[in-house]
Amino acid sequence: MATVKFRDVRKAFGQVEVLHGVSVDIEEGQFVVLVGPSGCGKSTLLRMLAGLEHITSGEIVIGDRVVNALPPKERDIAMVFQNYALYPHITVAENMGFSLMLKGASKSDIEAKVRPAAEILGLTHLLDRYPRQLSGGQRQRVAMGRAIVRNPQVFLFDEPLSNLDAKLRVSMRSEIKNLHQRLKTTTVYVTHDQIEAMTMADKIVVMHDGIVEQVGEPLELYDRPANLFVAGFIGSPAMNMTPGMLAEGEPGMFVTGQGQRIAVANAGTAKPGQKLICGIRPEAIHLRGDVALRVKVVEPTGSETHVVAELDGNEMTCVFRERIKAGPGDELKVSIDPEAIHLFDAEGGQRLSA
Amino acid sequence: MQARPARSFSILGWLLESRNGLGFLFMLPAAVFLLCFLTYPLGLGVWLGFTDARIGREGIFVGLENYIWLFDDPVFWLSVFNTMLYTVVASILKFALGLWLALILNQHLPFKTFFRAIILLPWVVPTVLSALAFWWIYDSQFSIISYVLMNLGLISEPINFLGDPGMARASVIAANVWRGIPFVAISLLAGLQTIPQSLNEAAALDGATSWQRFTKITLPLLTPIIAVVMTFSVLFTFTDFQLIYVLTRGGPVNATHLMATLSFQRAIPGGQLGEGAAIAVAMIPFLLAAILFSFFGLQRRKWQQGGGD
Ligand SMILES: Nc1ncnc2c1ncn2[C@@H]1O[C@H](COP(=O)(O)OP(=O)(O)OP(=O)(O)O)[C@@H](O)[C@H]1O
Ligand SMILES: [Mg+2]
Repeated sequence: MATVKFRDVRKAFGQVEVLHGVSVDIEEGQFVVLVGPSGCGKSTLLRMLAGLEHITSGEIVIGDRVVNALPPKERDIAMVFQNYALYPHITVAENMGFSLMLKGASKSDIEAKVRPAAEILGLTHLLDRYPRQLSGGQRQRVAMGRAIVRNPQVFLFDEPLSNLDAKLRVSMRSEIKNLHQRLKTTTVYVTHDQIEAMTMADKIVVMHDGIVEQVGEPLELYDRPANLFVAGFIGSPAMNMTPGMLAEGEPGMFVTGQGQRIAVANAGTAKPGQKLICGIRPEAIHLRGDVALRVKVVEPTGSETHVVAELDGNEMTCVFRERIKAGPGDELKVSIDPEAIHLFDAEGGQRLSA
Repeated sequence: MQARPARSFSILGWLLESRNGLGFLFMLPAAVFLLCFLTYPLGLGVWLGFTDARIGREGIFVGLENYIWLFDDPVFWLSVFNTMLYTVVASILKFALGLWLALILNQHLPFKTFFRAIILLPWVVPTVLSALAFWWIYDSQFSIISYVLMNLGLISEPINFLGDPGMARASVIAANVWRGIPFVAISLLAGLQTIPQSLNEAAALDGATSWQRFTKITLPLLTPIIAVVMTFSVLFTFTDFQLIYVLTRGGPVNATHLMATLSFQRAIPGGQLGEGAAIAVAMIPFLLAAILFSFFGLQRRKWQQGGGD
C-alpha cells in the first residue's frame, strides 16, 4: 500500500501535448477512478504511472519515491490491461505465478501464493487451462489474479470491464470492489463509464481533454458538479441544461430564453443579467405543479418512468417514480425542486450556485 | 410422394446437390492439373533413376544398379556430407542473424521502412546476378575483401577464397547466408509483429528483464513461425544449385559439390541421365525427413488450441 501523487504531470507525443498539467493526490488504500470521455488521456496517465510511457514533465510519486526515472519493474505496481494481456503460451497457474517465477521462487512457493489468489477469484478449477480456453470473464479474473499474486503497492486497471457483456460487467464491478475492500491496496481504475466510476470509487477524478475537471467523492460530484462538463458527464440520464438568466429584481427566479420561470433556491454568485445555464437533474422534476411540459417520448423501465418532454423548445428528460399514463403530445404538469437547481456561468461553464 | 428419379439422374444429382459431390467437381480441374504437371516430371525422374538412360538414348530398366553404383562412389558420399554441412551451417547462421535483424527492425528506429526495404534487396536480386557479384568478391586476384585487408596490413597476399577446399566451403556458405537472410528476417519480423505489445508491457511490469522477455515471451510465441520459416529455409538451402554452380561448379576437388550440383553434373554435362536422376532421387529421403520434422514442429501447440479472442 502506498500513496500516489501526480504533480503537474504533462505528456506530449511529439509536438502534441495531450496532458496539460495533472495534479492529483491519492491516499493510501484509496480506490480512485479516472473517468472521462474517450481520448481525454486517462490511459496515458495510467501508463505513465506504470512506467510504460515517458513523463514529459512534472513528477509522479509512489510512496515516498519519485518514480519518473524508474523502470516499470522497480515501481512495484500491477496492472490489469483492457485486453487482459495474458501470456497465451502458458497455463493460468503459470500466468499467475509468472512474476514469482521470474524472481526465481521455488515451485512450492509459487504454488503457495497462486492457490489462495485462485481461491479468492474462483479460478481453482481452471488453473491448468490455457488462456484461449477461457471465457472473457474468466480471462478477466485471471488477469486480476496475476495482479493479486504480486501483492503490489498499487493496482492499476485500464478499462478492465469494457470487453464484457452488460450483466457480467455489473457482477465483476462488485467483485473488484469486494476485492479492494479485502486487500485494501491503493487502486487506480480507468473507465469511461460514469456509472462504473460512481459505484466503485472512493474518489473520482473527472478528466477532459488532458486536464482534470474535478476531483471528489462520487456523491459530491453528483450533488455539486464544479462545471458544466462534470454536470453533463456524471449522472444518467444526463442533467438537463436550459439557457437563460435571473429575473431582474427577482433574485430567486430563473427565466429561460422563452420566458418560462423556474424558482431557484440557491443562486450563489449568479447576478441578474448574467447569461446562465440552469442545470436540472431528471430526478429533480416531480409530477404535479405549475410547469407545463409537452410529452414527446415515454420510456417505462419498470421501477421508474423516463419521460422526454419539451419545455419551451428545450428537451427535458424527467425520471418519475410513479407510473404515468401520458402519451406523446399530452401536456404534463410538473414542479421543479428549487433546492436541486444548479446554475452555471454560460461563458466559462463554472458553477455559480453555492 | 413423388416418384424416385432414375439411377443415372441420381449420380448427377448427387454430384450437383451434395456438398462433397460439388466439392469434388470443383476440385477436378486442379487435381488433373496437379497430376499432369507435378507428378509427371517427378515420376519421370524417379523412373530415369532405375534406367541406364543417357542423353540421346532411351534407357532400359536396370533395377537398383545406379544406386548400388552410387553406394560405392566416394564422390557421392562427399556430396552428401557437403550438402549436410552446407545446409546445417547456413541454416543456423541464417536463423541467428535473421532473428537478430528482425528484432532490431521491430524496434522503433528512424527510417524504419527504409531499412525494411533495404533488407529485402539480397532476395529480390536474381540469384545468378548475386552469384556473379560474389564471384568477383571472391576472385583470387581482384577480391575487394583481400584488397581491403591488405591495405589495412592484416594480410600480405590475396586470400584464395575459392581455391582452397575449406575456404571455398566457407565462402559459398557465406554467400548463401547473405542471400537467405532477408527471407528469414522479414518472415520473423512479420511474426514478431503479431505478438501484442501489451504482453511485453505486462512482462515488464511483472519484473522481466529484456532478456527474460525475449526468452519467456517472444521466443515461445514465435516458435510456430520459426518452424515454418526454417522448414522453408532448410528446403531451399538443401536444394540450392545456382550459387554453387556459378561460384565453384563443385570444385575445388569436389569440396563444394552438393547433391543437386553433382546430380546435374553427372546428368547433363556428363550425359549419364540415369545416374544423375538417381542422385536427385537420393535427396528425397532427406527432404521427406525435413518435411516430417516440420510437420511435427508445425502442429498446433496445446496453447494454440481452443477459441479465439
Ligand atoms: N503513442 C501515441 N502517439 C501519439 N498520440 C497518442 C499516443 N497515445 C495516445 N495518444 C493521444 O493521446 C490522447 C489520449 O489518449 P489516451 O489513450 O490516454 O485516451 P483515453 O482517455 O485512454 O481514451 P479511451 O477511453 O478511448 O481509452 C489521444 O488524443 C490520443 O490520440
Ligand atoms: Mg484508454
